[in-house]
Amino acid sequence: MRHLLSTADLAKDDAVLLLDTAAQMAATQSREMKKLPTLRGRTVVNLFYEDSTRTRISFETAAKRLSADVINFSAKGSSVSKGESLKDTALTLHAMGADAVVVRHQASGAPHMLAHAGWLDAAVLNAGDGMHQHPTQALLDAFTIRRHLVGAGSDAGTEGTDLAGLRVAIVGDVLHSRVARSNVHLLHTLGAQVTLVAPPTLLPVGVETWPCEVSYNLDETIEQASPDAVMMLRVQRERMSGGAGGAFFPSAREYSRKFGLGSQRLSRLPGHAIVMHPGPMNRGLEISADAADHPRSVIVEQVANGIAVRMASLYLLLAGSDTADDERTSL
Amino acid sequence: MTTTYVLRGVRPLGGEPADVVLDGGRITHLGAPGSATPSSDTDPGVVEIDGENRLILLPGLVDLHTHLREPGREDAETVCSGTRAAAAGGFTAVHAMANTTPTQDTAGVVEQVWRLGRDAGWVDVRPVGAVTVGLGGERLAELGAMADSAAGVRVFSDDGKCVHDPVLMRRALEYVKAFDGVVAQHAQEPRLTEGAQMNEGVVSSEVGLAGWPAVAEESIIARDVLLAEHVGSRLHVCHLSTARSVEIVRWAKSRGVEVTAEVTPHHLLLTDERARSYDARFKVNPPLRTEGDVEAVREGLADGTIDIVATDHAPHPVEDKDCEWAAAAFGMTGLETALSVVQATMVDTGRMSWADVARVLSQAPARIGRIDAGPAAQGRGVGVGEPANVTLVDPAASRTVRGAQQVTASANTPLEGMELPGVVVATFLRGRATVLGGVPVDAGGEDGSGLAGRVGETEAVAS
Ligand SMILES: [Zn+2]
Repeated sequence: MRHLLSTADLAKDDAVLLLDTAAQMAATQSREMKKLPTLRGRTVVNLFYEDSTRTRISFETAAKRLSADVINFSAKGSSVSKGESLKDTALTLHAMGADAVVVRHQASGAPHMLAHAGWLDAAVLNAGDGMHQHPTQALLDAFTIRRHLVGAGSDAGTEGTDLAGLRVAIVGDVLHSRVARSNVHLLHTLGAQVTLVAPPTLLPVGVETWPCEVSYNLDETIEQASPDAVMMLRVQRERMSGGAGGAFFPSAREYSRKFGLGSQRLSRLPGHAIVMHPGPMNRGLEISADAADHPRSVIVEQVANGIAVRMASLYLLLAGSDTADDERTSL
Repeated sequence: MTTTYVLRGVRPLGGEPADVVLDGGRITHLGAPGSATPSSDTDPGVVEIDGENRLILLPGLVDLHTHLREPGREDAETVCSGTRAAAAGGFTAVHAMANTTPTQDTAGVVEQVWRLGRDAGWVDVRPVGAVTVGLGGERLAELGAMADSAAGVRVFSDDGKCVHDPVLMRRALEYVKAFDGVVAQHAQEPRLTEGAQMNEGVVSSEVGLAGWPAVAEESIIARDVLLAEHVGSRLHVCHLSTARSVEIVRWAKSRGVEVTAEVTPHHLLLTDERARSYDARFKVNPPLRTEGDVEAVREGLADGTIDIVATDHAPHPVEDKDCEWAAAAFGMTGLETALSVVQATMVDTGRMSWADVARVLSQAPARIGRIDAGPAAQGRGVGVGEPANVTLVDPAASRTVRGAQQVTASANTPLEGMELPGVVVATFLRGRATVLGGVPVDAGGEDGSGLAGRVGETEAVAS
């Protein structure tokens, strides 16, 4: 694995290896001494063009627990039309000797350009690009699903397993969601059956070719598909007002009534089903407070799993199978 | 003293080999091989070119849709560099789009562009006038003044922007009737395309770029053909790109609406699959569409629903393309590759003859622009007495496209590295060679002076 740009690029074996490695990383994190020497002397740059304290801290923690040197390069506001070009930034990072660049960018495809334009030779890890992909989010979601629905709450016995036969409903603003795109590909690759649930205005033209089912009705999906996991997507407040394309739905109350997860719908889910959310949540809009804080909610655990998955991603990109790199690490 | 050109063994419009003589700005002889009498052996004023019974002689190509960028964006292209590229592509006339800075919305600006073209001397530059002041879509520009100016504007367009207000579009269509003008519409419903980056469909859903739906083009074309029918005006549809746009134009023509339509070379060749690379050289407006749309525009061009091929040549400096897709400019160069793309997609596939090529790349665009008559007539047939605006093409040759090696000042070709058939060997503007041996002849102007300096400046900027 040279870069981690999109879950669509991951073969099933790659995906399972990432999850297994994440499980090993998670195991080290319950020790008192959390830090591993694996990436000592390697430089990881967090290049963030968008505000996302949560994701940046998660990557930073992951890199530091692997003993990498971390440089935070906040380029917020300097992107796209103003300031230094992506190319010049890339050349700068190359000159600084970055071994890996973790990039969050509002333009779809920016990580792809960093990886393929020939500007730098670091491993590129996509931390979310526009409406395109957010692969480590999907990996942490899959990791969380596997732990709870294959491993009964722990990683024990999950090594080498996929998600075959599991049913996952992803609910909300699919149109603008890189989380949804990443999850559809990854969960499908791992053998799960995915149903996207959203009003038609929040589904992209072309969704009919994706490897998943599509539903406009959350209640029907709960009754008919009996999902093992329900993933609620964040709804941006701006989707309710005019904005560029006009409102996507009539009101927050109508959205909440038809697509929100509250205790009523939660009670109709199978007893073992888990509730997920990539965060940050709009409590009272796509998810009620009692659903978010319910014992079946794994939302807080998703955050912890994010660190393990990002450690695994950095490890496999920088120290994985490349022997030359291994030698360099041991120096 | 002007040179007499004797073209031996060339195939006019792809027909039987013939000898053709260009003298005094006109075609003075057209006859069987061996019939042309002037000889370079006896007359130093004669240059002979051997067509080897293979080279095809076409009327000089006429582009109805060129962005020359001057005034305002001389870093991307100048009238001189752009028209030099046009000559290299076999053109003898181009219509210069109005979205310059300042906008070509007054008699003064269109005359300025027209003069720059005349002084450069590579091709006839026919400025397009803006429909509305500053392309603002609010007030009609002084269309009559531009029509009456030395530039003699007949084509009016807000290209880059759509004249989306139906009342304004109706008024423009009606108003230009007074001087036999035509409104060339960039059909793009603005509300449906806010923030749009690429064709809306399967690919956009996967790569996460905001969609430009086909219906945003089709709904404007449908409205405009109905408006044109209602007021009895001529309408031209720029760069039509979808299957249903072809259907709408076909339907309108069957009703007798005076509508003409153009397709670009890139919409004849490329699809939105290219966006998967996030390479902004494939970012263009209207966007590259699907395989089905490509097939439909080829069919529409072959059956005459689409009247012409126009380049929408849109040069941009490197920094406007070497960046994130969403930040990149729309547009691609086309003047030097248009003929090759038409050969590859329409001639070599057996869908069109070379006579059809002459129609869609020369005669029909000249007719739409009303530059097919008068002392500087373009897009005429290849016949004795016609102006010697011709281009000589080797259909058997091929070349690999390299943006950096093109004559245009910008390198943003979507065809980089692609091997294309057909090479322009020579171009003649009223009997004067602008291209010989496939290379622009750096001496021009109607008086043969003043060119080298301007071209030199252009190259200095580009390097
Ligand atoms: Zn246009």
